[in-house]
Amino acid sequence: MLIDVVEAPAPSRRRLTWSSPAVRIGLLGAIVVALAAVYLFTDIPGSFTFALRVRSLTIAAMAVVAVAVGVSTVVFHTITGNRILTPSIMGFDAFYMLVSTVIVFVAGGVAFLRTDALTLWAVQVLVMVAFSTLLFTWLFGGKRRSLHLMLLVGIVLGTFFRSLTEWMQRMLDPLDFQILTDTAFASLTRPDPSLLAATAAIVAGGCAAIVPLVRTLDVLSLGESAAVGLGVNHRRVVMTLFVIVSVMVAASTALVGPILFFGLIVANLAYSYAGTFRHRWTLPAAALLGAVFLLAGQLILEQVFSFGASLSIVIEFAGGLFFLVLVLRKGAR
Amino acid sequence: MIALDHVTKRYGTTAALDDVSLTLGDVGVTALLGPNGAGKSTLFSVVGRLIQADAGTVTIDGRDVAETPSSDLARTLAVLRQDNHIAARLTVHDLVEFGRFPHSKGRLTVEDREHIERALDYLDLGPLRDRFLDELSGGQRQRAFVAMILAQDTRYVLLDEPLNNLDLRHMTEIMRLIRRLADELGKTVIVVLHDINFAARYADRIVALRDGRVVADHDVSGFMRPEVLADIYDSPVEVHQIDGKPVALYYE
Repeated sequence: MLIDVVEAPAPSRRRLTWSSPAVRIGLLGAIVVALAAVYLFTDIPGSFTFALRVRSLTIAAMAVVAVAVGVSTVVFHTITGNRILTPSIMGFDAFYMLVSTVIVFVAGGVAFLRTDALTLWAVQVLVMVAFSTLLFTWLFGGKRRSLHLMLLVGIVLGTFFRSLTEWMQRMLDPLDFQILTDTAFASLTRPDPSLLAATAAIVAGGCAAIVPLVRTLDVLSLGESAAVGLGVNHRRVVMTLFVIVSVMVAASTALVGPILFFGLIVANLAYSYAGTFRHRWTLPAAALLGAVFLLAGQLILEQVFSFGASLSIVIEFAGGLFFLVLVLRKGAR
Repeated sequence: MIALDHVTKRYGTTAALDDVSLTLGDVGVTALLGPNGAGKSTLFSVVGRLIQADAGTVTIDGRDVAETPSSDLARTLAVLRQDNHIAARLTVHDLVEFGRFPHSKGRLTVEDREHIERALDYLDLGPLRDRFLDELSGGQRQRAFVAMILAQDTRYVLLDEPLNNLDLRHMTEIMRLIRRLADELGKTVIVVLHDINFAARYADRIVALRDGRVVADHDVSGFMRPEVLADIYDSPVEVHQIDGKPVALYYE
C-alpha cells in the first residue's frame, strides 16, 4: 500500500539551511534593521539630532504596532481556527472611529483636540476592550460557541457603528469634520511619547503573557476537540488569549488609528515564510513582517508619493500584490 | 472503567442522552451502534469532556470527569473524533508529536521520542512521516490520527466513526488495527460504528443506542439476532451464519 510513496530527492545543504525557520527569521530581522537604518539616516534636512529623535519615535511606534498587529492576528487565527479573519471583525476599528466621532460630536472639535492625549487613549482602550470582550464572551465563550454567529454579529455591529459614525459626521461643522478625518487614517509619525510608552508597556506585557502559552497555541491549531482531547482547558485558554489580543489591539489602535488592515497579509505571509505551523516561529515572523511592511510603506509614502497618499493605501496595494503572487505560486505548485 | 451514571444531555427539548447509565471498558473492543441521532457522538463528547452533561456523572477509573484536571484525563483517555479539519499545515510526524503533549507539554523528552517512533512504526507511517496531512489519502490520514492517539499512550481509546469516508480495504485495515490495539497493546477501545457486520466481526461487546437510551447491550452472539436488530433499526434484518460467523443482511 506504500508503493505510491516517491522518495524525495535529498535536499542540498543550501536548501537545508534555508529551510530552517531560525535562519529565515534571522534574515527577516536583518531586513528590518536595514530598513530602520535607511529610514533613520536618509534625507536629513535640518538638525541631525532632532531628526533622529523624531524618527526614532516613529520607528518605536512602528515596532509596537507591528508586534501588536502581527502577534494578535496570528493568535486570533489560531483561536478561531480561521485564517482569513483579523481581530477587526470584533469591531475595533469601527469602535475607535465611533468613540472619536461621539466625542467631537458632543464636545466639539476644539475640546477633542484639547483633551489630554493620555485620557483619550485610555478611554478608547477601555471602550474597545470592554466591547470586544463582551461580544466574544457572549458569542464564543458561552454555551453557543459559534464562530459564524460571532462573525455575523461582528459584521452587522461594525456596519451599524460605521453608519452611526457617518451619520454623526454629516452633521458636524466642516472644521470639526476636518479634525476628525485626521484621526481616521493610521499615522505613525510623531507619536505622543507618553502614549507610546504606555502602549509599548501593554504590548510587551501581552507578549510576555503569550510566551508561556506558545506550545499550547500549537495544540489549539488542531481544533477545539483535539485540543480538549490532549488536555488543554480550551475555554480558559481561549478566553485568556482573547483578552490579551484585544488589549494589545485596542492599545495600538488607540495610539495610531485604524491599523488592523494589514494583519491579514502579514499573518498569512508569516505562515508561508516561516514554513512551519509552530507559533514559536510564526509569531516573531508576523511581527517582523509587520515591521518590514510599515517601514517600507512609510519610506515609499515619503520618498515616492511625498505624503500624497495614506500609509494604508501603500501597504495594502503592495501587500495585496505580494499576497496574490504568493497564492498563485502556491496554486501552480 | 468508564462509568456513566444517570447521564442526561438535552439540546433544546430533545434529549440526546436520556438518563443513560452504562459501564464501558470491561473488554478489549466495545462497539457503539445505533441509528443517526441516537446520541453516540454526544456520549463521546460527554465522556471526552467536550460538552457537559445536564445531569448525572461520568467517572473514568473512579475520577469524576467534570472535576479532574483535563490534562490528567488526557493521560488516561484519548479521543479521536470524526471531524479532523486542521487549518495549519502539519506533517505526519508533527501530528504524532502532539500525542505527547499531555505528558511533556510540548517539550519532548527522549522517552517521548521513543513513543512517537513506536507509534509511527506500528502504523507503518515511517515512509510518510514527513508528508503533509493534506497530501495523504483518507486512509493514510486516518492512520496518522490513530498514531497520534497511540503516542498519547492512554489506557482508554475512544474512536468516533473511524471508518467514515474510507473504502473497503481501508475500513478493514482500520478495524484490524483496532483489534490489534486491544490484543497486542492491551488498550480498551470504544468505537462508534455504523456497519453491524464490522461490529460483529471485530468487537467483543456491542452497545446500541436509540433516542438517547441504551436499547441493547450484548456480546456479539447475543447481539446478532434478528429480533434485537429489527428492534434497534426499525426494519427487518436477517442474520445468517457464514463460515460460523453471524452476518446481518439489511438490504431488503
